[in-house]
Order: sequence, then structure tokens, then C-alpha cells
Amino acid sequence: MNFSEVFKQSNQLCKVSPDGKYLATCVQYRLVVRDVNTLQILQLYTCLDQVASMEWSSDSLFILCAMYKRGLVQVWSLEQPDWHCKIDEGSIGLVSSRWSPDGRHILNTTEFHLRVTVWSLCNKSVSYIKYPKACQKGMDFSADGRYMALAERRDCKDYISVFVCDDWHLLRHFETDTQDLAGVEWSPNGCVLAAWDSCLEYKMLLYSLDGRLLSTYSAYEWSLGIKSVAWSPSSQFLAIGSYDEKVRILNHITWKKLTEFEHHPTITNSKAVVFKEVEKRPVIPTEDLSIQQIAMESSLFDIQSKYEIPPLPVQVPVVKPDPDRANPKIGISAIAFSVDNRYLATKNGGFQVQSLFWHCSGDSVVLLGKDQLCLCYMATDEEK
Amino acid sequence: MGDWWTPPMMPDPGLGIREFSSVSHIDESPSRHRSPPATRASETNSKHSYSVLTAFCTEENIPQCVAYVNQEAAALGLCGVCVEARGAGPSLGAASALNLLYELLQLQRRGQRTLHDLETQQLKNNSDLEHLQHNNSRLKDQLEHTRRENSGLHEGERQLQLKIRTLQRYLKSEKEEVQKLQSIIASRATQYNHDAKRKERESAKLKERLNQLLVDKRDKRLAIEVANCVGRADGKRSLWKTSKMEARHEGEMYKALLSDYEGRHQVLLQENAELKKLLQLMKKDMVSMLSPRKTTRAHMPAEDSLEQAGSEPDDELCEGSRDPLEQMCEQAREQLANSIRLQWRRLKSHMQRLDSQVSLAASREQEEVISRREHEEAITHMKMELQQCTEFIQTQQQLLQQLSLPCDEETAALLNDGYLLEEKERLKEEWSLFHEQKKNFEMERKNFTEAAIRLGHERKAFEEDRALWLKTQFLNMAPFVGHRRHATSESRRALTIGAQSGAKVPSSPALSCTSASHTGLSTPTSDPMTLPSTAELYRTLQLIPDSRSQGRCASNSFQSGATMTKSQLRDSCTDCSIFSVVRDGNSAS
Repeated sequence: MNFSEVFKQSNQLCKVSPDGKYLATCVQYRLVVRDVNTLQILQLYTCLDQVASMEWSSDSLFILCAMYKRGLVQVWSLEQPDWHCKIDEGSIGLVSSRWSPDGRHILNTTEFHLRVTVWSLCNKSVSYIKYPKACQKGMDFSADGRYMALAERRDCKDYISVFVCDDWHLLRHFETDTQDLAGVEWSPNGCVLAAWDSCLEYKMLLYSLDGRLLSTYSAYEWSLGIKSVAWSPSSQFLAIGSYDEKVRILNHITWKKLTEFEHHPTITNSKAVVFKEVEKRPVIPTEDLSIQQIAMESSLFDIQSKYEIPPLPVQVPVVKPDPDRANPKIGISAIAFSVDNRYLATKNGGFQVQSLFWHCSGDSVVLLGKDQLCLCYMATDEEK
Repeated sequence: MGDWWTPPMMPDPGLGIREFSSVSHIDESPSRHRSPPATRASETNSKHSYSVLTAFCTEENIPQCVAYVNQEAAALGLCGVCVEARGAGPSLGAASALNLLYELLQLQRRGQRTLHDLETQQLKNNSDLEHLQHNNSRLKDQLEHTRRENSGLHEGERQLQLKIRTLQRYLKSEKEEVQKLQSIIASRATQYNHDAKRKERESAKLKERLNQLLVDKRDKRLAIEVANCVGRADGKRSLWKTSKMEARHEGEMYKALLSDYEGRHQVLLQENAELKKLLQLMKKDMVSMLSPRKTTRAHMPAEDSLEQAGSEPDDELCEGSRDPLEQMCEQAREQLANSIRLQWRRLKSHMQRLDSQVSLAASREQEEVISRREHEEAITHMKMELQQCTEFIQTQQQLLQQLSLPCDEETAALLNDGYLLEEKERLKEEWSLFHEQKKNFEMERKNFTEAAIRLGHERKAFEEDRALWLKTQFLNMAPFVGHRRHATSESRRALTIGAQSGAKVPSSPALSCTSASHTGLSTPTSDPMTLPSTAELYRTLQLIPDSRSQGRCASNSFQSGATMTKSQLRDSCTDCSIFSVVRDGNSAS
């Protein structure tokens, strides 16, 4: 694997444009845009303050830079470097800022989640959405960019509002039967909205696009509940990862549990292959990663390591989490479906894996750890 | 216990007194004991000692008795008696006798006493024994009882132990559950605390900000500065927000939902159709499996009706959309499912029947026409045969291939020559054989003809003799004696020769003689000089070919040439040629 030279960046703000041509990085208050192939600097923009968050618009024409401390958002254009746009939230502050799917509206969430301001770049208009909920994932856009689901909380009750992204028309507004709504997520086909409760209660609600409750699913009571949620790309399955170290998969016809996967610390399944990286540096302990399929590791730096296949059963080292802390580091924290709907990658426990993504070809997974990058490539047998 | 034995003692002193009295009688007059002992015997209760006493001492053997008594006394350690001569004869010294008697009495008394004592002792012991036995049995019973109680208590204890264990387990599980619940509560509590703290921090910040805002009069307005407005992403102009727009949005939303549902519906329909097809196939398979069997008449129409019923809804399904299509689908589905179920049940019953048949056949092994062993043997035999046949076929094929292989001309010619040579040689052999046989036949024919000639000659001679004899007979009517004897002897000779010649012919001689005689008479005009043809010979001899000759022909014999006609010879020749050909054929294959 070849790596380029190292570029400076701050706040882990380094994003490739959606069309894959440009790479934008933020260094303190500067925004640097490079060409992906040559890594030559194409544009350089200067913001008013240290950039806290940066986002490409969906058509790769604009970049949004948000400075939360100052409550400012600046938008830069790639086509016209002279073009500038500055949004000032004023005294109300800024907590998060994001693009709308059409790339022409910016949604700013003010401090204390007082409201969501929708700024339009086309006609400089402003819209407000009141009472957004501050939760794990309170806002989600459907895959086709037509609808937005927003979690709200008024009078100690949870609501979900569905907006039409065209003109921010409120389509549906309904109450949810949750104690403390933690997140909403659209299915890839845009017809079903999954809403789940906070970890204190295991509850998954499924609403159709027009606001009807389709089904409720609750695996157990009392123990800590849902930690992560993922839809399969075909919208046929909904994977729910919970704090009891199990992934449960629901099917889209009956919304009942189809199957559940356990994450035993001891791997005994004869079909599982475990690759264990053994580093020559004795100081750093070996990091074992267990996934349902083959896992292979390669090091980023010049650390000699080799893989060995230990014989089954393999004991995966488990770090017992501190039970006195809130949001303990147990349970399924990351789930990812492969693009062809065939594989599911899950991360259980306190492993130092920040993110888990599948390649669009569906045969490789990228794991990003604190110090390491792992690329897991699966070779499938030829089917006759 | 010692009280009751005195009464039995009562008669004893009586006895002792009686004994004393009897002894005293002895003392008074030894002759007195001669007095009827019956009275004394009646007094005593058949006392053995009394009778012994009376028999022991008489007048004659007094000294012996005394000696004996003295001896006994000495043995017992007592002083003896002395004999004193008194007036009437030898008599015992009264003092010593009395002393002896007294001592004896004392002894007796002592003995009695010891006996009493022993008896009492024994009685005591018996009673003790009884008492002890009674005690023993009682204790045994008690022991049994206590043992039973013990085992019962053990049982109870064990059950209680079990109960304890189960209760402990239950307690453990309950404890675990309590612990789990406690941990859950603890985690929830920490989560709540965490959330509460977060909210508190937020509210504190909010308050601070509010304060700040109240204090800070400067009102920073929110504003947007854009260099110039950007067009929409899709290039269209934005529209006003009207109710029409709202309706349009609603419509679009419903359209999206509907399209999704329709897509799913299509997929499900497809799946449904595929499954129905599969069911149909299964049903067909099952029907085909079951129908070739000999099902009863009752089943057949039922099957047909079912098949019909099954096909009907299919046809209806295939037809397409109709208003009550849903109903039809429902009915069709039900019918299909029912028919499948029926077929499946029938298949199961059939399988069960087959299984039972197999088991019955296995059990009825002895009654079968072919026993199992024979069956196996037959099978092995057949297998061997099969193997042999396959090998045979293989060799045949190889040879055929060899034959059919296009070999070059030389080898072909050679082969042909080889075949020809073979044939020629065979032919030669046969010709030689034929010639041999022909020669043999000629020889026999010659012999036969010679024999026939001889026979003819002899017959002629015989006829002449006969004629002569007749003549002589006739002439004997008249007185010609001398010639007669010569003629008879000649005729006799001729007859014997004829008989001999007749015997030479292998066919039945008696028949030939008679036939010869007959024919000889009937054909006197035959010319003896010319050899008659064989056919004529045969005809004259009336020798019919019998099966023997035929059989002999088949077994390749030309020996009995005399019994053959020319045609028969030809036939036999052809037969033999056929036979030779057949033989050749056999050798060639």
C-alpha cells in the first residue's frame, strides 16, 4: 500500500468531495482544497476563526466551514473563488451546522438546541424550526434527499417532524411512544423511519413515511438497550446493536426478529477464521480483531508484523468496562452492512476502533483505530 | 420355683420305706422272698430294683451275694457286711448290714437331694432360658423396629437434604438475579445521574447566557451576507408556498409510499407464483408416483377428480385478472393446498404399506417359494453369469474390431489365404474320410453281394434239394428208398447251410430265412449268374431300413452298408455333409 506525504490538518477535518475530485482539509483557520489525483493545492480560503466543522455540499460546488465559538458559518465556492457567504447566528450561538441534501440550504442548530435555522443560499430566506431535540441522532435526511426527519421534544414528550426538503414544508408531525427519543434514521428506500429510545429502555419504533406507526420492537426490559442501528442497503433488514453484546436483525415485512448474533469472547465457530496480528515490538500488546469474516491487518508505519492463524477456539481479550461510568464501553457500538447486502460487520466491546466502513464494491472493510488502519479484504470463492 | 418339687418327693420316701420293708423281709427270712412276688410287685410300681433284689439273692448264693455286695460297698467306700453263722444257716451280720443299709440310704438320700437340686436347678435354668429367649425375641423385634425407624429417618433426612440443596440453588439463583437487578439499577442510576448532570450543566449555561444577554444590551442580529444569490441545484425556480404545493407534497409522499408498496407487492406476487409452481410440480410428481401403482378403483376416480379440481383453479389463475380474482386466488390456494395434502397423505400411506410389505416379506421368509439363501445364491450365480457374458462379449467385440479393422492388403490376403487353406484342408480331410467310407461301403457291398450270391446259390441248392425231396417223397409213395436218404441228407446240409448263410445276414436271421424261403419260391426264375442290383436285393430280401441303421448313420458309421439303399446312402452322405458342415461351423466359431 502506498501512502502520500503527510499533510497538516486540524480537528480531523479532512474530506474528499462527493464527486471524488477534490480533497479539502482545514488547518486552523485555513481551508485547503487539493486535487485528489495530483494533491496539488487548487484553492486556499481563509476563514475568520478556527474552523470547527467543515462539510462539502452534495454537488461538490460549495464547502461549509463552521466556527462554533463565534457562531459563524462561512461558505466557499469552488467554481468562483471570489464568491463568499457568511452566516452569523448572532447571540444565539451555534452548536452544529450542516448542508441540506440539495446543497443550497444550511441548517444551523443553535446553542442549547433552541432552534434549527434554515438558511437558503438561493434567496437568503430564513426558516426556523423550534424545539429540536438534543440527542444522539436527532436529524436525518432520506437517501433521495426529499424528506427530513427531525426529533423534537415539547412538554416532556417526543415528537417527530417530517419536512419536505424542497421548501421546508412540514409534512407530518406526530408523537412518538418513547421515553427519551435517542435517534431517527430513514430506510434507504425512504419509506420507513426508524426511531429508537435511549439506552435506558430498549425500544425501536418503525414509522411509515406518512407518519403511521408500523411496528414496535423491544427485545428485553430493564438492562441497557440500543446502542447502534443500521439499515441494510436494500431496506430489507434493520440491524440493532445493543448493550448486551448482541445484534438483532429485523425483517422488513413483519418487523419481527429474524436472527440474532452473539459476540462471545471465545470464538468456537468452526467456520470462523481469526487472523491475529503479532508484532515484533514486544511492548505493544497484540490487538485482536474478531469479525464474522476474515480479518487481515497491515500496519501503517514500518512496524514489522505478521499474521498467524491461531487454532480454534480463540479467546479474544476483553477489557472489562468500568461499571460506574455512564455509557459504558460494552455492547455493539458499530454496525455496517456491506453494499451487496451479504455481510455485516460489527464492533463489540471496548476495542479502539473509531469507525467501520465498507467499500462500495462490497468486498473490503476499512477499520480506523486510534493508531492503526486496518483494511480487511475478503476473497470470495468462485460460485459454479 | 423351688416350692413345687416337694410333692413329687412324697412318693419317694414311701418307696424308700417299701424298699426298706422289702429288705427287711429279706433279713427276716430269706426264704420268704419266695412268697408270691406278685403281691410285692403289685405294691410297688414296677420297681426294677425290687425285682432285681428278689432275683439277686437266693438261699444258695448268699455268700456270693455277700461278696458282691461287699465288693460294691468297697467300691463305694463303705464298709462291707459280714456273714455270721447262725443256727439256720449263713446269715448276714445285722449290725454291719444295717450300717451298710443305712449308709446306702444316706447315699441314696444324698443322691436324691442332689437330684432334686439338679432338677430344681434345671427348672430354674429352663425358666431362665425361656425368659431370656423371650427377652431375646423382644429385643430382636425392638431392634428391627428401631432399624426401620432409623432407615425411615435416614430417608427423611436425605429428602430434607435434597430440599435443602434445591432451596440453596433457588436461593443462589435468586441472589444472582437480585445482583443482576442491582447492577441494572446501578447502571440506570449512573445513566440518570449522568443525564441529570448534563442537563443541569446545560441549564446552568443557559441561565448564564440569559444573564449575559440581559446584561449585554448589544443585540447581535443574525444575518446572512451572500455575495450573490446562488441558483437552485436543479436549476428550477422556487415556487410559492400554497395549499396546492402542500397538496402536491402530500401527493408525492403518497406516491412514493405507493410505489414502494407496489414494488414489494410485485416481488411477493412473483414469489407466490414461483411457490405455486413448485407446489404444482410437487403435486404432479406425487400423482405420477402414485398413479402407476395398482390403486383401487375407488381411488382412481378420486384422483382424477382431484386432478381436475387442481387443474381448474390453475386454468382460472392463468386466465388473468378478473373482478373476484382475490376470492379465486383464495379458493385456488385452498384447493391446491388441500390436494397437495391429500397426495402427500396418500404417498405416506403408500410408503407405509410398502414398509409393512417389506417387513412381512422378511418375516414370512420360510413360506416364500424361493428362500432367501436360494435367492442370494441365484443372484450370485446370475452375477457370475453376467460377468462371464460381459467378458465373452468383450472378447467378441475385440475380435470383431480386429476383423473390422482395415488391415492392409497383404495381411488381408494372407488372412484370406489362411482361411482358404483351412477350408481346403478340412475339405481334404473330409474327402479322405469320404473315400474311406466309400471304400468300406464298397467292401461291404461286395461282401453283401457275395453273401447274396452265396445265398442264391444255396437257395438254389436248397430248392433243388427240396424238389428232390419232394420227388423222393412223391416217389416214396412208390417204393424208392435208396435215393431218398441221400437227398434228405443233402437237403439237410443245404438247409443248415442256408440257415448259416441266413445267420450271416445281420438283420433278423429268422425273418430272413423265412423270407428267403418265401422269396426263393416266388422268384425261382431269377438268374443266379448275374449279380442282382442292390436295390433288387434289398427288395427281395425285404430288408426294410430300421431305425437302428438310421441311428447308426447319424453316429457316422458306414459299417452296416448291407442295410442301406442307394438313396439312404445319398441321404446319409448329405446328412454327413451337413454334419460335416455343421462340424466345420462349430470349429469356425
